[in-house]
Amino acid sequence: MTSNIYDFSTLTGQIHTWLSGLMSPGWVTFTEFVLVGLVFLLAYALLGLFLVYAERKVCAFMQNRVGPNRVGKWGIIQTIADLIKLLLKELIPIRKSDPFLFNLAPFIVIICSFLAMAAIPYAKGLQAIDFNIGVFYVMAVSSLSVVGILLAGWSSNSKYSLIGAMRSGAQIVSYELSVGLSLLSIIVFAGTMQLSGIVESQANGWWIFKGHIPAVISFIIFLIASTAEINRGPFDLAEAESELTAGFHTEYSGIKFAFFFLAEYMNMFIVSAIAATVFLGGWMPLHIGNWEGFNQIMDYIPSIIWFIGKTFFVIWVIMWFKWTFPRLRIDQLLTLEWKYLLPISLFNIILIAFIVLMGWHF
Amino acid sequence: MSEEIIKDVIIGENEEYIVNMGPQHPSTHGVLRLEVCLKGETVKYLIPHIGYIHRGIEKMTEALTYPQIIHLTDRMDYLSAHINNEAVCLVVEDAMQIEVPERVKYIRTILDELNRLASHQLWWSAFGMDLGALTTFFYGLRDREYILDIFEESFGSRLLHSFVMPGGLMHDIHPNFQKRTKEFITYFRKKLPEYDQLLTGNVIFHNRSKGIGYMSKETAIGYGVTGPSGRGSGFSCDIRKIAPYGAYDKVQFNEILETEGDTFARYQVRMREMWESLNIIEQLIDNIPEGDYTAKMKPIIKLPAGEYFRRVETARGELAVYVVSDGNKSPYRMRFRTPNFSNLFVMNEIAKGCKIADLIAISGSLDLVIPDIDR
Amino acid sequence: MNSIAKYLSELFKGVSTLWAGMRITGKYFFSPGAIVTQQYPENRKTLKMTDRFKGEVIMPHDENNQHACTGCGICEMNCPNGSIEIITDRVPNAEGKMERVIDKHIYHLSMCTFCGLCVKTCPSDALAFGQKFEHAVFDRNKLTKVLNQPGSKLRKEAK
Repeated sequence: MTSNIYDFSTLTGQIHTWLSGLMSPGWVTFTEFVLVGLVFLLAYALLGLFLVYAERKVCAFMQNRVGPNRVGKWGIIQTIADLIKLLLKELIPIRKSDPFLFNLAPFIVIICSFLAMAAIPYAKGLQAIDFNIGVFYVMAVSSLSVVGILLAGWSSNSKYSLIGAMRSGAQIVSYELSVGLSLLSIIVFAGTMQLSGIVESQANGWWIFKGHIPAVISFIIFLIASTAEINRGPFDLAEAESELTAGFHTEYSGIKFAFFFLAEYMNMFIVSAIAATVFLGGWMPLHIGNWEGFNQIMDYIPSIIWFIGKTFFVIWVIMWFKWTFPRLRIDQLLTLEWKYLLPISLFNIILIAFIVLMGWHF
Repeated sequence: MSEEIIKDVIIGENEEYIVNMGPQHPSTHGVLRLEVCLKGETVKYLIPHIGYIHRGIEKMTEALTYPQIIHLTDRMDYLSAHINNEAVCLVVEDAMQIEVPERVKYIRTILDELNRLASHQLWWSAFGMDLGALTTFFYGLRDREYILDIFEESFGSRLLHSFVMPGGLMHDIHPNFQKRTKEFITYFRKKLPEYDQLLTGNVIFHNRSKGIGYMSKETAIGYGVTGPSGRGSGFSCDIRKIAPYGAYDKVQFNEILETEGDTFARYQVRMREMWESLNIIEQLIDNIPEGDYTAKMKPIIKLPAGEYFRRVETARGELAVYVVSDGNKSPYRMRFRTPNFSNLFVMNEIAKGCKIADLIAISGSLDLVIPDIDR
Repeated sequence: MNSIAKYLSELFKGVSTLWAGMRITGKYFFSPGAIVTQQYPENRKTLKMTDRFKGEVIMPHDENNQHACTGCGICEMNCPNGSIEIITDRVPNAEGKMERVIDKHIYHLSMCTFCGLCVKTCPSDALAFGQKFEHAVFDRNKLTKVLNQPGSKLRKEAK
């Protein structure tokens, strides 16, 4: 049925055979690693810069402003100018900080978001590594970033940073549960943890449509909980600009600050990509039941555009949250998780298990 | 208590977690410094430190003539600059026993209320931002711009318009003034419900503000907390009602009172005051009597020797001006009782035992303007 | 059972209030016509300040390079910040009497608070407010201005 969709594995296969003709198998593997790494590094930087720009434009339009509009047409190279500025800035050493941990923390945060990017299926056949426990892997690495945040808060030897880091610790550890449970509900539907398998299982309809109301509920819970997990408003307690000046990265400057900043935006991208993959069909075009003609037309749109479109829709929703709501207080944040989200998702998963057991889903 | 504070803060014996909020902090709205003693996230007590923007306005007045003093009062509570100006003018007019024309009274009252509206709009914007809802800031400032444009057209300046003179006004209002003010009223009546939808009704906002920073009526009176902050605790302290000045005795309006005494009550008082200000302006704007824009004044104003006292209701509370004159053209001593000074020092009382995030909400709900505290 | 109903109704009420807020920001996101930002340097040509705008204190001169300032010094006296200095000169007039004229009317823009007392109290209406507001300069001394133009004279009223 999905014959029209261009498969990127043919392209990567061609590159592989071309390289094999040039050098020995060991070198081929090495070159491929380097190539994939370079592609990811480039994509990471470009996406991060674009997301910062998009955030500034989206919030500007929501606030009746124009947003960046001076550097380049519509201010499109504004973030590149900002990046150059951050690169040129002095890295201020903090006198009583723990220099090793202080320098290590931004790298932990950025490496975690890097690791998670590897497992996401961007298009048909375009995936760096297809684990059979893909969902589990992404969750595991993305929750590691809390270590970096805690280290940053602790090692800067600043009171504001410490409060921010402690908040962030409490927050991420609790919201991990809801993220896991809401993803688990789709795993129950799909019967696999492999991300490519989950996408394939949505060939005849996305899980958010196929899974009745429980899937919608778990989608909403996933959105809320993952917004909290990536420390974005209205759950940006770790930064809490108006309370803790900048929270855990108060003392950072220059490119180390930029690392935290970039990692935050990339985490947003990863979370949205997961939401798009698991709930909205990933790169799978919109297919409705047996409407062959309709499905054929939808297949003509390249799969990568489907993926990017869905991801950016979710990103836009997360931005919409941030620019509308006031920030929660730390105890209310935990109340929301333990008294509302967790019971609802537990109940939801039982319901889904029942639906799957009875075979009521499509 | 004070011994404990000395041990904690000065000697550092108890190894308490003491955080300096300010003087450079995004939500102290200026150069206020709060020394906060924390236990985890909970505030044990706090010590406000003031004086970072002290300019000696009271001392400066002793060297200036009365018309010159007006432009200094702008710089105290810059968000209700016009009302501050009026306070000094009322004192001078009282002392010299000048009856200002009706037209002046009407215009002054309208400007008072416009200024109050502009101030409350800015407060709403900043309060939302203190709580983390960043969009409120731009909506509030967007609507405030309309008022500032009206001000600019009539007085030439947007924020610090020394427009009031002893005896009347600097010059007459601009011919467009009435038309534009009416346009603004219709516009803002449409926008105010949006404020409510965006912030007032929001469940997160309710949780952040309800039951936070409870101030009883006794505390409010004890600390002299006036203005919307005091009225949120049920302390009836509206000078516009108690001792009407300008044209306030000619308009129908209600004193807004809430009895809960928490942050949400103080918020609600201000929101409802915005509606009330619109009503007051609407009653006056069409009925401005014709006449002179200033009373006949001598070129050099000399107050007869004696003591004079007048109070007005600024956007933040009761501003009282006390003048001791020895018959010269500048005062012997001039004292301003500014509302924010009292409003700030109640903070230790009401913020004890709350979280850091609540501390920000409380300081936002008291609507502090720091130059007004330090003068 | 009652508590479950309360729990659920609270949940739905909370979500509906959140949705109300999101509707507002969403509405503005999709209505670019509501953008209020002025594009300042671009709209310089069309940007017109109001007549009463207090940009700076100026001394209007007519086409014969004549002004109305008699050098009485009232503005200097009334200025609360000492931002006006007047240097007068005595020159003989047509009838041979010595007469006071201004040599320099010095205005320190850097000290001015735009209270408007000089313009208000000037007995001969020689001062006014200008609409220029772009006062940024690289040298602070440039903010000290001489308001009377070189070679200008006092305007004689037709008798």
